[in-house]
Amino acid sequence: MLADALISPFTDFAFMRRALAAVIALALGGGPIGVFLMLRRMSLVGDAMAHAILPGAAIGFLLSGLNLFAMTTGGLIAGFAVAILSGVVARSTGLKEDASLATFYLTSLALGVTIVSIKGTNVDLLHVLFGNILALDDQTLLLVAINATITLLVLAVIYRPLVIESVDPLFLRTVSRAGAPAHLLFLVLIVVNLVSGFQALGTLLSVGLMILPASIARFWSRDITPMICVAAASAIVSGYVGLVVSFQTRIPSGPAIILVAAALYGVSVLFGRNGGVVRQLFPAPHLEA
Amino acid sequence: MRARCWLFLCLALTASPLHAAVRLNVVASFSILGDFVRTIGGDNVNLTTLVGPDSDVHVYTPTPSDAKTVADARLLVVNGLGLEGWLPRLLQSSASKAQTVVATAGIAPLKLGSDADPHAWQSVANAKLYVANIRDALISADAADAEAFRGRAAHYLAELDALDAEVRAGIAKIPPERRKVISTHDAFGYFAAAYGVAFIAPLGVSTETEPSARDIAKIIAQVRAEKIPAVFLENISDDRLVGRIAAETGARIGGTLFSDSLTGEKGDAPTYIALVRHNIKALTSALEH
Repeated sequence: MLADALISPFTDFAFMRRALAAVIALALGGGPIGVFLMLRRMSLVGDAMAHAILPGAAIGFLLSGLNLFAMTTGGLIAGFAVAILSGVVARSTGLKEDASLATFYLTSLALGVTIVSIKGTNVDLLHVLFGNILALDDQTLLLVAINATITLLVLAVIYRPLVIESVDPLFLRTVSRAGAPAHLLFLVLIVVNLVSGFQALGTLLSVGLMILPASIARFWSRDITPMICVAAASAIVSGYVGLVVSFQTRIPSGPAIILVAAALYGVSVLFGRNGGVVRQLFPAPHLEA
Repeated sequence: MRARCWLFLCLALTASPLHAAVRLNVVASFSILGDFVRTIGGDNVNLTTLVGPDSDVHVYTPTPSDAKTVADARLLVVNGLGLEGWLPRLLQSSASKAQTVVATAGIAPLKLGSDADPHAWQSVANAKLYVANIRDALISADAADAEAFRGRAAHYLAELDALDAEVRAGIAKIPPERRKVISTHDAFGYFAAAYGVAFIAPLGVSTETEPSARDIAKIIAQVRAEKIPAVFLENISDDRLVGRIAAETGARIGGTLFSDSLTGEKGDAPTYIALVRHNIKALTSALEH
């Protein structure tokens, strides 16, 4: 009976299998990115990016109508422009990353609203562009999988400079000049993951499955590698449980998955090994001679 | 010469208020109402439509120029029944003194969940009530042109009667057990009630809602069990979800139904009558055999 409730949704319906596959791919790619975002205090970049892509999507719409490919490509270009410009400004001036990103994404959003109004259409472009995890076709599924693969490969290449820069940027600057290119490559990865995520799954899921698992992982480990593993694992668990919950109740799938992740986060805040509330109130006894 | 000038001036003064200034400023909230007002009002009204063709009236955001348009209007024609959720704030902020005409007045609303279903125009019998309401409002605002309004409305009502008969004849050609379809959002409740075609929709009454995995699974199971022959798309919303359902059940995609919005001049449904004709043609050609 219980096994029925947990497994039969996926054996009976292809759309559930697709959703699960997409969530797992998203967790594998988004988990590590989320951890680095958190360590670099860039956790809100995802939401900023959801607005920053509007001018690109709007230009795609102007050129070829409600065509998802054109709108996604435009969104990617706008996302790259915002991420890279704000990264360059943050690195070459005294302005911090979050402030320069906020400036660029708000400018981009304003530009997007202007372009949409000039065209005079009232279709909510982002509403149309942002997908739903229950509506994945082959092409979208492939896109999500390719994304996760590229993300993991690129992360493997830039892993060392990225880790060192996240914890001790001054040290990295004295031993290597890989910091800036690694950071820009990382920004590109963020944009690719987010924009294709928006198109495939909607904002809530693609941002949420990046950030919440990273926050969860922070409570269970101090080292980056296990942190990434915990993040990816908790993202997969949230995705699976969320889909089952959405299947058994009437909660929409995206919110269900994020709410499950939030529940895991709540448990971690209370009982986490690394800085959890309970652990702080009742610290383990120190080793004594 | 001077006398003739005076005479001309007097004539101009007496004549102009009667003819040039009487064009009544009317604002309609969305394209279908706009079409009704244009048909009845003709040259005697100055019509502005807030939400134009191919746009989604559910998620519309008014602009400052809309506020100005509404402020200058004598009559504001709205659908009511909760369709224009953004309207009360627009009215307040524009300090409009326009008289509001609720085109659905006198129509017994269908329920969708706990709220009224606003898509009343999908039944031609209701459209006739819309026309009568708009005609009466135009006459009370501009009694001088009453005859013109009455004449055009009578002509249009006769056309709508013919249209209603056409729809019924079209439906009669479809075998009763095949009169069911899937469409993207619940916009065809009145059509279903008036003409006896069952519509099943993954999205709720508004294009803003998100379905749960359970909803989609239920629809797929229903399509398989009842052998629903065709799935339809809409002109203003994302059709990936419906595409997914079609792929999973083997129902065929019957084409596009127009629900909440007319198309531009070059589209398939530039007027209300063309819209209903297009929909009935799409339905009969997909369901007949």
